[in-house]
Amino acid sequence: MQNLTLLDGKKFQITIQRLCRQLIENHNDFSGSVLIGIQPRGIYLAKRVAEELRKILPESTILQGDLDITFYRDDFRRRESPLVPNQTKIDFIIEGKKVIMMDDVLWTGRTIRAAMDAMLAFGRPEKVELLTLVDRRYSRHIPVSADYVGIEVDSIASQKVVVSWKETDGEDKIVLLSEQK
Amino acid sequence: MGLSTRHLLGIKDLNEADIQLIFETADTFKSVLNRPIKKVPSLRDVTIANIFFENSTRTRLSFELAQKRLSADTVNFAASSSSVSKGETLIDTVNNILAMKVDMVVMRHPYAGAGIFLSKHVKAQIVNAGDGAHEHPTQALLDAFSIREKYGDVAGKKIVIVGDILHSRVALSNILCLKQLGAEVMVCGPTTLIPKYIGSLGVKVEHNLMKALNWCDVANMLRIQLERQDIKYFPSLREYTMLYGLNKQILDSLDKEITVMHPGPINRGVEITSDVADSKQSIILDQVENGVAVRMAVLYLLAGQTPA
Repeated sequence: MQNLTLLDGKKFQITIQRLCRQLIENHNDFSGSVLIGIQPRGIYLAKRVAEELRKILPESTILQGDLDITFYRDDFRRRESPLVPNQTKIDFIIEGKKVIMMDDVLWTGRTIRAAMDAMLAFGRPEKVELLTLVDRRYSRHIPVSADYVGIEVDSIASQKVVVSWKETDGEDKIVLLSEQK
Repeated sequence: MGLSTRHLLGIKDLNEADIQLIFETADTFKSVLNRPIKKVPSLRDVTIANIFFENSTRTRLSFELAQKRLSADTVNFAASSSSVSKGETLIDTVNNILAMKVDMVVMRHPYAGAGIFLSKHVKAQIVNAGDGAHEHPTQALLDAFSIREKYGDVAGKKIVIVGDILHSRVALSNILCLKQLGAEVMVCGPTTLIPKYIGSLGVKVEHNLMKALNWCDVANMLRIQLERQDIKYFPSLREYTMLYGLNKQILDSLDKEITVMHPGPINRGVEITSDVADSKQSIILDQVENGVAVRMAVLYLLAGQTPA
């Protein structure tokens, strides 16, 4: 495998901060908005964004939850074995709120479709937006686009984009993995 | 990783990792059941037949509700009002149902081994919802899940199963499941209702209820299965109740607080009195609630396997 680092260190941190500033432009003090990270990897992004927002807006209450989409995926019974679900932790009402869904990588769009389904089990939000750290363009299976994008990456199907987080992996990094020929 | 078995015919088919996987999946389904919309679309392309050759209320309802919460299509079949009464065989009955493109069969049958027999002759996945006095795996799973919920872990807990061990499929499945998870298990009841070789399953045997209750953390009070007793195993229900019935006085006389379970349906005033059944120490209604989540987990994990 060949590794190409797309983003790390200071630039990674600046990207997160830029996304937070863009969110503040549209959501002001977040009194009517909530953040939802999509399990498993989107929750790290949501937690980091929430943490940054709390630093920038210390007076505001930033609500952040974790959403599991396992039971809403469209590849059930098409895999070798069923996926084991993660925890959903949404301790607030999303009815009538502006929901910002977050995932680390936007690729085919199927995860986001499942997440929309899963989220609607918790109520009817006023508006839903999507924030992604990496947008793998030109690979969509479903017409989904993000409102806020960290970086855009043009990649082919055999490549992988891996996002590492300081909290869990020891460093903040986005790497493009390609199979060596 | 999924389950190591294609059917759920008995606890014997499951290893500890399987049981833990079912529990972890059931934890998530329990949270789904507490949401405003208690339904997920996972099994929307799966058809399940509930075939009940023996009466059931809670197991059938619990399975049906679990299937509906998973968005599966369900058909229900009761032998008493079917062609079985015209002499049709079990395999013919099931094959006819399967010809209607059914993926999974949940079956209750009065004969031990009926599910195992069926699994060898039909392609659909079989879930045993009770076969005679043999096994009732989902009941054992929900019982163990309820103990885990109450105490955090099943391992190391002392559980006594009281009553009609001889005729009880719940007792056998419970023993196998609890032992698999590292609990200590004791059976308690009159000599006539305790199978001779029960000790070979690694359980303690006690005939004195007070000694058993003083030993245990959890008492699982079984129903006296009058319908399975073609001969008398004890002189009278009154005598049974006096020796093996659990009432509030007995519960209060213990120097510790034990948890009371019952697989239902309760013969109130026989195995346990109403004040025990409705007391804070009873987790009977938790068992019923957990039954739906555990059955959802079993169906989800089985249905997710690649078709054979």
